[in-house]
This record gives sequence, structure tokens and C-alpha cells, in this order.
Amino acid sequence: MSGVIKSEPFVINIGPQHPSTHGVFRIKATVDGEKVIDAEMVMGYLHRSMEKLAEERTYTQNIPFTDRTDYLSSMSNNLGYCLAVEKLAGIEVPPRGNAIRVIMAELQRLASHCMAVGAFANDTGAWQTPVMWAFREREKILDIFEVTSGARLTCNYMRIGGVAFDLRPEFEPMVRRVLRDFPPFIDEMEGLLSGNEIFIARTKGVGVLTPEMATNASLSGPMLRGSGIAWDIRKADPYCGYEQYDFDIPIGYNGDSYDRFIVRLEEMRQSVRIIQQALDGLPGGPFRTEVPLALRPPKGEAYARIESPRGELGYYLVSDEGPSPYRFHIRPPSFINLSALKEMTVGGTVADAIVVLGSIDIVVGEIDR
Amino acid sequence: MTPFLTSDRWYDIRDLGNLSSAILEALDKVLPFEVVYILAAVIGFVASFLLFVLPSQLFVGVYGERRLIGRMQSRLGPNRVGPFGLLQPIADAIKLIQKEALTPTQADRAVMYVAPILFVMPAVLLWAVIPFGEHMVIADIPVSLMYFLAVSSLPVIATFMAGWSANNKYSLFGAMRIVSMVISYESPLVLTLLGAVVLTGTISLSGMVAWADEFNIWVVFVQPLALVIYFICVSAELNRTPVDIAEAESEIVAGYLTEYSGMKWGLFYGMDIGYALAASGFITTVFLGGWTFFGLEAWIPGWLIFIAKTYLIYFLFIWTRGTLPRLRADQLMAFAWKFLLPLGVFNLLIVSTERMLWFEQDYAKGLVYVFAAVNIALSAVLVYVWARFNGYRPERTPTRPRLVKQAGGYIPVGERS
Repeated sequence: MSGVIKSEPFVINIGPQHPSTHGVFRIKATVDGEKVIDAEMVMGYLHRSMEKLAEERTYTQNIPFTDRTDYLSSMSNNLGYCLAVEKLAGIEVPPRGNAIRVIMAELQRLASHCMAVGAFANDTGAWQTPVMWAFREREKILDIFEVTSGARLTCNYMRIGGVAFDLRPEFEPMVRRVLRDFPPFIDEMEGLLSGNEIFIARTKGVGVLTPEMATNASLSGPMLRGSGIAWDIRKADPYCGYEQYDFDIPIGYNGDSYDRFIVRLEEMRQSVRIIQQALDGLPGGPFRTEVPLALRPPKGEAYARIESPRGELGYYLVSDEGPSPYRFHIRPPSFINLSALKEMTVGGTVADAIVVLGSIDIVVGEIDR
Repeated sequence: MTPFLTSDRWYDIRDLGNLSSAILEALDKVLPFEVVYILAAVIGFVASFLLFVLPSQLFVGVYGERRLIGRMQSRLGPNRVGPFGLLQPIADAIKLIQKEALTPTQADRAVMYVAPILFVMPAVLLWAVIPFGEHMVIADIPVSLMYFLAVSSLPVIATFMAGWSANNKYSLFGAMRIVSMVISYESPLVLTLLGAVVLTGTISLSGMVAWADEFNIWVVFVQPLALVIYFICVSAELNRTPVDIAEAESEIVAGYLTEYSGMKWGLFYGMDIGYALAASGFITTVFLGGWTFFGLEAWIPGWLIFIAKTYLIYFLFIWTRGTLPRLRADQLMAFAWKFLLPLGVFNLLIVSTERMLWFEQDYAKGLVYVFAAVNIALSAVLVYVWARFNGYRPERTPTRPRLVKQAGGYIPVGERS
């Protein structure tokens, strides 16, 4: 034996067609054996030019567009956009409208976190069981959306000045059932995964995000809270009357994938609390202020932000007094959260990269818009 | 040819060996020996593989597994084809045969073609030495345990060929992972089986069942640790889910199966189940007393007891698949070398000492029950002590995040808010 065995790193494309990329997203990973030494994100496979298209449509016509950015939380997207338009045009929302919006946004958070937690468990290799359990609960929420808005996924329910329709009589018992079923489900999930030795081994210390890294990358949502930073738009910059509700911000310990997972589980518990309070104190009265269909807001610009299930979702609008926005820009939380991916994956193995990607909880529709 | 004949009651279904012996006996009178010799093998193959293994694979492996996992995942599982969906595996097989088996242009065609066939053959061969009943074993060779171990290591070559030939990076990942894993796991696997061998003093599977019958105790009670280690190791070798890193779906797409399609893929999939079944049968034979059940085998056919135990062990494979996440490759290797191998050595040490003591007592029957009680306690202590020695502390991992009322900046761990 004269020489040593030569080895060289090679490039492996994780995606665009891969079971764990949650859509058409691609990581161009340079690996040395199992170890990732470089990672490059390639995106744009789902680009639909939404921001440009929105400049050609009226303010109301743009609401369905927002459904299709983050298709797992359309209610939150509707809400963020409507808040921006209301801020631009100076429209007040009646209390009942606000309460309904809060209930819907929190139900959407539950549904979205179900997907996030289930898919994350799937990425760690728990073959389909957690994701099916999560989907079982998510179904019930989608049923509520169907009853209320007529659609399950792309609800298009929020309107400028309130919501599209008033609640139906079936709504309250359905929500009460979800509120009853959810805490046991979260405990079940916790029992299955949170204390599981294999799950802890796979996720603890994987994809560690220090508080400095998290703030430097401008992360938000469970990613930021997992790193131990108490930041939540619902508390820091309340909208829709979130200041009246009593809830806590869950924050993690080390900023690893495990913390992001438990933060999401706890956020579901807090959402249940918020819905409970909002439903108990649901005010009467109108659910919407009448707004002209061809709305022409005064000249100016507005930025409204909400705490979507994935983080800070912002809508920036510029009006030139025309019927359609002069500029329409989205601050997508998935996209910005993804910017820390390289720091988190490099140095780990390929299996870790998948877990990290799962813990970010991306929605590619929102990244590419 | 009297050895064939064990009982003249050929209709006694408690031991189907009687029936085949009667047939062979009759044939022996008219046909030359060589023909009867080959016919014996054919009858054994038909009886064990075509009547038991293949239906088990289809209806317990494919249908039962999908159905049970469906239940675990709060869905129904296959329920459309035939009564209760029982014909689903057959429908699947027909579909797979119809599908085109694609071969990538850059692939090594010959190797890729041969790999599934090589993968199937050992699965058939494995059943030759498993005793279904007292005389129901095709080849009762004196070294059947060694034979089983040797043959069950063969499919790794086929999977490596599959992963290498496809010329796909994911396939290569899977192939490399399975080879490194089998190298790690083969040693603790053999070591733990050595414990059972030392205890029973035989290397023949029939001999082990006879031992269990004679002392009225199963090996698992005297060797609980061995069964645990063996189960983990065999899961790793068979790519069952908690340790299925070679075909980890969420990481490397399908591992060495990525480029396979049609029935070539179906052979891999089907025979994975076949190997798990064979491993279940092997565990039953070595650890659970095979076809004996404390005297019950005089009333219930022994082969039924054997099948029931095999399916029970197979259920464990299904259960772990339905519930557990997957370990990372390096964690899996560390687990094999740091935990399983030393524990296997300790286990061997203990059982050898006991065997020595037992020998000095002239194999007193009562002593083995004492060993069982001692070993169960000792195994628990050993696992705990070795885990502590290895630096594993059962720390209280917080499963709930901290809760704060106010939004603000970074809150270090330990600081109350």
C-alpha cells in the first residue's frame, strides 16, 4: 500500500424534488462523506410574480393573492394585508370584526403548527405517525374554515374593514370542540416525541442558533423565540385587540431544533387560551365597516405587521390615490428565517440538514411569492 | 429408509413431518434414492416457503403491517380490494409487475439487474434450518445457527450492489451507510447469540428448542439482555424504521432503492419483509423456545405455536416502525460500539460463569431458574451502570419552554422573568 485513499467532496442536490424539502426548494449541499461543508440555497421554482401582479388589481382583488403566498396560513395572510390597507386608508374595524379576526388567526396558527410539528417529526424519521395525528386535528380546524368562509385552504375570508361574512350558528360548537380536543392532542404529541430519547438525540444541539445570529439575521417567530428572545408582535405591537387577551410568550433554551419544536407545541397551547377568551367575550354588533369596493386610499405608504405562524409577516403598501397599490411588498417570514440555514447546516451531517430545514418550517409559496 | 418415518399416523396434524415422511416413505419403495432426496427438498420448500413464508409475507407483512400502522396513525389502511382489503398485496404485485422497470442510462446495467435477484435468494434459503415442529425442518444440520448467520449477512452484498450500480448519489449514500452499519452491528449480534449458545451448549436450532423443552424454560428468561441486543442489531441489519438509515426516506430519498422501479423495487420491498419474518422466526427459535409452549404442544400443533410466536415478534417490528423516529448514522455506530458490544461481552461473561457453575452442579434443573432470576436483575443493573459509566445521565430534558409575559430582548437561561 503506497498511497492513501483519495477522497474529495461532492455536490449533492437536496431538492427540488425531495421528500423533505416541503415544496420545490433546493439545497445545493457540498458534502464530504456525510458531513456538509457548504450549503447553498436555490429558490425561485415557485415564483409567480405576485407583488407585481398586485399592482394591477384593486385593493380588494388583492386579498385572494395573499391566500396563495403562505398557503398553510391564508387567514393570517389575509389579516396582514387587510391591516395594511386599513392603516393606509384609515379604516376602523368594529370590535366584533376584530374578535373574529383574532379567533381565525389563532385557529390558523393551530392548523399551521400542526403541519409544522408533524412534518418536522416526519423529517426526523418518525414514519408518518405524528404527521397523521396532526392532520387529524388540523382537519377539524379546516372544517371550521369551510363552514365559515366556504374554503378550507385558501379562505379569502378577511375583508378591508372586517371579515367577509358573519359567523354561522354552527361555528361556536365546532370551535368549542376543537378547544376541547386540542390540549389532549398536544399532550399526546408531547408524550410521543418530546421525551423520546431518539427524538432528543436527533434534535438537541442540532442547528443551534445563538441569540446574536438570530437577531442579526432578522429572524422572527418560533425561530427567534427558540433562541430565548422574548419577541412576539402580538405583545410588542398589538393589533386586532391582542392586548386584551391574556397569554404568554414561550421561549426556548439553547436555540436548537428541539427548542423550536417545543416552542411551537407551547404556542398551540397559548393559542387555545386566546381563542377561549376571544370566544367567551365575543362582542355583538357589526362585523365589518362598509368600505367602497373601488377603494382609493390617500397618497402615502403603510406597513402593517402581524405575528403569523412563521413569524413577522409584514405588508408594505404605497398608494398614489389610484384604485390599485402603487407598490405592494411582502415581508415573508419563511424567506427571512431561511437566511440562517447555511449557518445552521454547515458542519452537521446530511441528516442534520434535513432536521434543520424541517425546524425552520418553510412554505415555499411564501419564499418565492 | 426408516429415518424418514417418525410416526405411522400420517394424519396426525400436530406434526406435519409425519405426512411428508409417509409420502416419502411410499415413494422410496418405487423410486431411486436420489429422486426421493430431491423430492424431500421440494416438499420442504413448498411447505415452508410457498405455504407459509410467501402468504405470511403478503398477508401479515404487507397487508397486516399496512393495516396496523394505519390504525396507529388513525387511518384505515388498505380496505378496498377484496374482503377487508385482504387482496391488496396481490393487487400491488400485479401493478408492480405491469410497471416498467427503468434503468438509468449511466447505471451499471448488469449489476443493477442482478442485485434484486441476489437479494431474494438468501431469504428463501434462510427458512431451510428453522424448525417449525419437532420433525418439521428441511435441513436439520448440526451448525444451523452458523448457517443462519452466514446466509442472513448475504443480502448486504446485494444492497451494496444495488446502491453502487444505480450511479446515483443518494443510492451511494444508502449503500455506504448499510455497509458501515452491518460491519458495526454484526459483532454485537454474534456476541449475544454466543451467550445463547454457551447457555444451551448447542449450535443447532433444533437443539436449542430441545433445550427449552427439557428444562422447561425459554432462553429469553435466562438471557433477557441478549434478546434486547439481538432485536436492536437485527433491526439495524434489516433496515427497520428506528434504524433504517440506509433507505431513510426523509434524508436520502430511498437510499439504495432510489433508482429502482417496478418489480425490481417490489422484490426489495417484499424481501425486506421476508427477512424480518425470518428474523422473527429465528428469535422465536433461539429465544422463545420455538414450537414448544410448556407442554401445550402436545395438544396444539407445534407449528401453530411457532407461527403465533413469529407473528408476535413481527408485531414488535411493526410497532417500532409505527412509533419511533430514526437515529443518525454516526449515533447508530456509536451506539453499537459503545453500548451493545460491551454489554454483549458482559453478557457472555456472566453466562459463561453460570454455565461453569451449572456444570459443577451436574446441570441441576432448579439452578437454571435461579440463573433466570439473577440475570433479569443483573441485566437491568448492567444496562444502568454501563450507561452511567459511558457518561449518559438521564437528565431531565425540559419538555416545556419557558413562558414570559412581556415582549423584550434576550432572556438568558436561568433568569426569571
